[in-house]
Parts: sequence; structure tokens; C-alpha cells
Amino acid sequence: MNKALEHYLLRLADTALTQSQRLAEWCGHGPFLEEDIALTNVALDLLGHAKLLYEQAAEISDRDVSADDLAFLRDVDAFKNPLLTELPRGDFAYTTLKQYFLDQFNVLLYAALKDSQYEPLAEIATKALKETRYHITRSRDWCLRLSLSTDEAKQKIQAALDDLYFYTPELFETDDDLNQLIAESIMPDLSVLKEHWQGQVDELLNECQLQVPKSGWVATGGLRGEHSEHLGYMLDDMQFLQRAYPGCEW
Amino acid sequence: MYSQGLQDAKGGPEPEGLLKAFQKRIDNEEKIEPRDWMPEAYRKTLIRQMSQHAHSEIVGQLPEGNWITRAPTLKRKMILLAKVQDEAGHGLYIYSATETLGITREEMTRQLLSGEAKYSSIFNYPTPSWADMGAIGWLVDGAAIMNQVPLCRASYGPYARSMIRICKEESFHQRQGYDIMTTLARGSNAQKKMAQDALNRFWWPALMMFGPSDKDSKHSVQSMQWKIKRFSNDDLRQKFVDVTVPQAEHLGLTIPDEDLKWNEERGHYDFGEIDWDEFINVIKGNGPCNKERLRARQKAHDEGEWVRKAAEVYQQNQRDAA
Ligand SMILES: [Fe+2]
Ligand SMILES: [Fe+2]
Repeated sequence: MNKALEHYLLRLADTALTQSQRLAEWCGHGPFLEEDIALTNVALDLLGHAKLLYEQAAEISDRDVSADDLAFLRDVDAFKNPLLTELPRGDFAYTTLKQYFLDQFNVLLYAALKDSQYEPLAEIATKALKETRYHITRSRDWCLRLSLSTDEAKQKIQAALDDLYFYTPELFETDDDLNQLIAESIMPDLSVLKEHWQGQVDELLNECQLQVPKSGWVATGGLRGEHSEHLGYMLDDMQFLQRAYPGCEW
Repeated sequence: MYSQGLQDAKGGPEPEGLLKAFQKRIDNEEKIEPRDWMPEAYRKTLIRQMSQHAHSEIVGQLPEGNWITRAPTLKRKMILLAKVQDEAGHGLYIYSATETLGITREEMTRQLLSGEAKYSSIFNYPTPSWADMGAIGWLVDGAAIMNQVPLCRASYGPYARSMIRICKEESFHQRQGYDIMTTLARGSNAQKKMAQDALNRFWWPALMMFGPSDKDSKHSVQSMQWKIKRFSNDDLRQKFVDVTVPQAEHLGLTIPDEDLKWNEERGHYDFGEIDWDEFINVIKGNGPCNKERLRARQKAHDEGEWVRKAAEVYQQNQRDAA
């Protein structure tokens, strides 16, 4: 079970870390000061979740690794985040919609993981859920604001939707390990979660008067370590010091 | 008398009676609040000083923001991200405090981007190495604390109150910087070298943060009388050197100043002459990163335009619907 659990903890941790890393790129460059601070807040919360999840993964791993080793010394093919979170930050509409899709997923996921049979994960989920509820209020409001204001904003968020929509099914992908954890009530059934998620997303997109694109490339592969071209550059940047000066304390 | 020659907003003389009463309140350590009468020159001096301060916080996000995506551990990344976010928060408080003097944030932003308003010269130096995150926290936030602690007692209420909040966070910033330096100084040879190199580059610019030498400081006398300045530039600089030299010794790092030595008689460290030409040049816009910093601020401002507009229109629509 430990191998499956470590795999899933890394899926969650990598998702939180890559999302945080992209949001953190906004720090000092936000559209206005209050929003600069708010984006950084979300980045910090996600980084906090990632840290807890990596620590837990390190603790149960058979290998002698630390949380930092997991974040800074694995290569692209070992990262398990969905492709959605490694995509570039794009403009503010793109960042906002990407965040909303993930927040909507996380709110449902952490609410379910709160009751996980695996106590350490239930604890992390309880903490993460509180923060995620705040995040979704914010990203939802911004989706509405951008969609129902100026033509320019509406056009930008529609363009973001066209680009991002088919990256979302990947959030619900499972494999043998995850199916085992679902059977053991360690994590929720993601197909059930998907129905709820779709309902909420449809409702918001409808309220925003946005058009769901008809077709596109459906992203897949993160769970198996198959990624887009973007992740390599992100890791290159993020892992630079640990790679250039191996074995140091920081 | 000191107040002679002060002009009101229309260029006429300030009423002598009001001026006297105003100075008396300041001498009694009373706080001046936004709705109180104040001389036009006091208001203008505060706007200049406070907006410069706010701009410094915002531009100051950039050199450290440069390392957020590359911080070497999860813990360091969290601390750095939180620290740079704090600086944005400081900018926000101080802009709000400055707005109580009758200037808008939009106007202050315009002044920053056009180059009319200044910000601290230190942020025009580059941060090519991780150790710069240590040096900035230790030295730059350290110098900021020296400057800002006396401002917690500034005569203008909103400024003093924002400084009290900010100073608490600055001491956390200083400690995390020193902690980075400590870790590097105890680390591998490459890390030690990194730490020493950062100290070499940031030492003199940090000393310049206290502004021109007292003999060349044009705003000092009046600002002291108005208690928006409590100690002279040179006194604060001396205090900073005295506190920082033992810290560098403790780290086992060498301060890049051959003239630096303890003066038993004065009870202070003597230190070498600052390169004032460099200081003036950086203030004028010719530092290594002046153009980059302003360009980054301008870019964020331009790219945020449609977002700010959307938020405004949406709010208006909501109001109209209500
Ligand atoms: Fe600050
Ligand atoms: Fe600071």
C-alpha cells in the first residue's frame, strides 16, 4: 500500500507545487497591488500544502529522502502533476481560469479526503480545505468579473477557456495504484467527483456566458510522468541551486 | 525663525499664529491627523517622503522576487515569498497613509513611472546570486529598520502608525536574511564565497541607503523640527555600522572597507568614505538596474490596465443592477 500511497501523495504535492510556482511568478508583477498580494497568498497556501504532502511522502517512502529531495531532485518523468498546472502563467485571464478549475477540483477533493481512512492525509486535507474555500471564492469572483465587464476581458477569458478546457479531464485520471486507494477509501472515487465538478463548472461558465469549446487535444499523462515541454523549464529554474551545488545545506 | 518664509498652497505666507500652534503641538509630541491644519510645506514634504517610501517597498519586490522561483528549499521559498509579499503590503499601507494627505495612488504611480518620484537607490543593484537574498535581508532590511524605528514616532499620525506595523515585519525580514547568511557562511567553500561576494556588493549600497552626508542633506533641518526625522543621516549610518560589524565578524565574513576600525575614543567604528559620485549617479537613474526596475513596473502596470478596467466596469454594473 505504501507504494500506491507515496505515488498519490506525490501526485497531490506536485500539483500544488507546480501551481504555486506559476502563481509565484506574479509576485511583484500583479495587475494591481491588492491582487499582487492576493495571488501571492494563494501561492503561499499551495506551497504550504505541497510541503506537508512531500513531508508525508518522504516519511512513508522506502527510500531515504527528504521533502526537499522530492521537490528538487526528481526529473520531469518523475513528476506526477496534471499538465494543467505546468502550463505557463499566461495573462491574468488564463491564470484566473486555470486557478478556478483547480480550486473547484480541490474544494471537492479535500472535502472528500477529510474523511480519508489514511489519517495523515485526512489531517492535511482538513487544513487545505479551509484555505481552498477562500481560493475558490476569489477565483470564481474573478471569472465573473472578467466575463461580465468589458469586451476585452471577456474575449481574453474566452480565449483562456478555449485553451484550457481540455486540460481538465486529466484531473480525474486514475491508474492501478489510485484505484487501489479508492477501493480502500483512502481517496474518493474520482468519477463521482467529476460529476460534481462538471455540474459546478457548467453552472459558472453559464453564468459567465462563456462558450465551451467543441473539441481540442485532451491532455493526459501527468500521472505516468508524461509531460508537456513546459515542465522541464520550470524544474530547470526551480531546481537550479540544488542541482548546481549538490549536497549543500541552504 | 525657522517657519519664516513658508508658503501656503497659493504661494502666500502661512499664517503665523497657525504655524506657531502647529509647531507647539509637534513639540508636545502630539500627532498631526489628516483633518488638522498643517503647513503646505509639511504636507508636501510628507508626500514626497512617504510616497518615496511606498515606491521603495514596491520596487523592492523586484530584486528579491527575482529568486522566488529559484529558492533552494521549500522552506526558503515560503519565507522569501512571504517576505516579498510583506513588502507589497508595506507599499499598500504607506500608499494609503499618503492618500490621507490629498494625493491619489494613481497619481503617485504616475510619478513613479515617469521618474519624477524617487525610490531607494539600493533596489537598482542586481541580485545575481542566492546569497543576495541573505545580504538584502540582513543589510537592506537592517538599514530599513534603523531608518524606520524612529519613524514610528513621526509627528504625522497615519505615517507613524503604518511604521509601527511595518517595523514588526522588518525585523523578521532581517532575521531571515541573517539566517541565510549564517547557513551559507557555515556551508561549502562555494557557499562561503557566495556569501562574501554578496556582502562585497551590497555593503556600500546599504550604507548609501541613509542618504547624503549631513553636510549635503538639504531637507534635514526642517524635517527634524517637524519630527518627521529624528536622527541625522550620518548618525543613523554610524549606528548601522556599529551594529553590523560584529554581525559580520560572527559570520566570519569580511566587510569590504580597509578603513574600517574600532575607534576607542569615539566609541564607534570609523569607516571609509562612501563613493558619493556613484550614489548621485544611481539616484539620477544611472544605476545598474534603474531602467530594468522601472520597465518591470511599467509592464505590470500596462498589462494590468484591462484587469483594473474590468473590475471597475463590473463593479459599476453591479451597482447599476442593485
Ligand atoms: Fe518593507
Ligand atoms: Fe522588509
